[in-house]
Amino acid sequence: MTPNVVITGMGAVTPLGVGADTLFARWSEGECAIEDGLARCLDFEPTEFLTRKEARRTDRFTHFAMVAADEALSTAWPHGLPYEPERIGCVIGTGIGGLGSLEHQQDILRDRGPKAVSPLAVPLLMGNAAAAAVAMRHGLHGSSFGVMSACAAGAHAIGAAIRMVEAGEADAVVAGGAESAIAGVAVAAFAAMGATSPTGTSRPFDARRDGFVMGEGAGILVLENAERAAAREAEPLGEILGYAASSDAHHLTAPEPSGRDAARAIELALANAGLEPGDVDYVNAHGTSTPLNDFSETQALKAALGDDAHQIPVSSTKSAIGHLLGAAGAVEAIATVETLRRSLAPPTVGWEERDPDLDLDYVPNEARPLEHRGNGNGQPRLTGISNSFGFGGHNAVLCFEA
Amino acid sequence: MPAQATTESVEQVIFDGLKELGAEGEVSRESTFEDLDVDSLDLVELAQIIEDEFGVELQGEDVKDLRKVGQVIDLVVARSQ
Repeated sequence: MTPNVVITGMGAVTPLGVGADTLFARWSEGECAIEDGLARCLDFEPTEFLTRKEARRTDRFTHFAMVAADEALSTAWPHGLPYEPERIGCVIGTGIGGLGSLEHQQDILRDRGPKAVSPLAVPLLMGNAAAAAVAMRHGLHGSSFGVMSACAAGAHAIGAAIRMVEAGEADAVVAGGAESAIAGVAVAAFAAMGATSPTGTSRPFDARRDGFVMGEGAGILVLENAERAAAREAEPLGEILGYAASSDAHHLTAPEPSGRDAARAIELALANAGLEPGDVDYVNAHGTSTPLNDFSETQALKAALGDDAHQIPVSSTKSAIGHLLGAAGAVEAIATVETLRRSLAPPTVGWEERDPDLDLDYVPNEARPLEHRGNGNGQPRLTGISNSFGFGGHNAVLCFEA
Repeated sequence: MPAQATTESVEQVIFDGLKELGAEGEVSRESTFEDLDVDSLDLVELAQIIEDEFGVELQGEDVKDLRKVGQVIDLVVARSQ
């Protein structure tokens, strides 16, 4: 029988601050961390958490991952690793990797020649650096690697971790996503392709939405085999009920407009979870605030959930913290679990004008108590899904209960 | 022009460089790289600092058997003569 997978620890570094609780509390209050068209982690000082040496040998995206992982592991395992280190994996996604380090070393190469390039350049910038650093920091000797699927990477990393636990390859996996790509080339390139908001606003699902706002940060979760967690009397924060992924195979950046393949990922995730649309209490949308995503995602939700789509609160974390690219799926997984745990749907901040094509309940501007609408079979727990879609047509959907 | 490589000036640059690299604890001529938690990647960066400052090029071969900070200082001073 396939083991169930529970979440025993969560940690986040986001533009709203350090900590998973901080993220949820401030988002629920309707706060928005965007300043001057960017959502940076302005208060984050790596040497508050890392030694000077640790900080200088890792890129900012890895700093975020290490600090988020410290929080997640201290919650899950305050007394140290509960399993053989060889049975604990580490999978961390990123959209781009250490772009700031790459740009810095490129400047050195151009200005001072190849002999001045740092020997740390590759370990700083490589996309698997966060997974390597977290595994090293905590002595995790199971399978560890990075995942790259643009803005779906955080969700794919969690998906890979789920399958590792289900397959019996690991008792636990530290999984999530990290990103720090607010650097010259990426800012310019996203603007050049018309993906980012020229007005510097993130208002997902609003008629006036005009693109996403770049954010940075990390989200890390500790996933465990439910039986092993129960045996050590752990108190899970939530359970993963299902996961599925699909591919549009349509365009380099644009989503397939009907949302057909995104809908299929949602349907497969619900099937994997053994759920019907009527069981879903909350949707944490990918909701980027681009004209294309928010339209095709709405189409996908209606295709996958049918009439139920109109009854389910749908909100976008990106309205509060912008788009964390490869970290988004992991941070939003954490936000979803918190939403279910606290029975409170945080709002889509800044939503004001209805787009006639976007006719779902986007929880505008004020958090709302989350009601058990499903066929809960008398269970007090709530069920929600989190969507993640990446440039390249990568769709990943996670289904949680808490 | 590279700086004049006296024992004092090399010592200062290497001590400062090691601290900049995040070496742990007090740095002295008698400190071993192991004590300071300085690995081969750090040593390449230290060699870059030394070359920038004194024009002395150190290869991996040159430093691979050196265990103490003082040995590197002496090597740089000797090479710069």
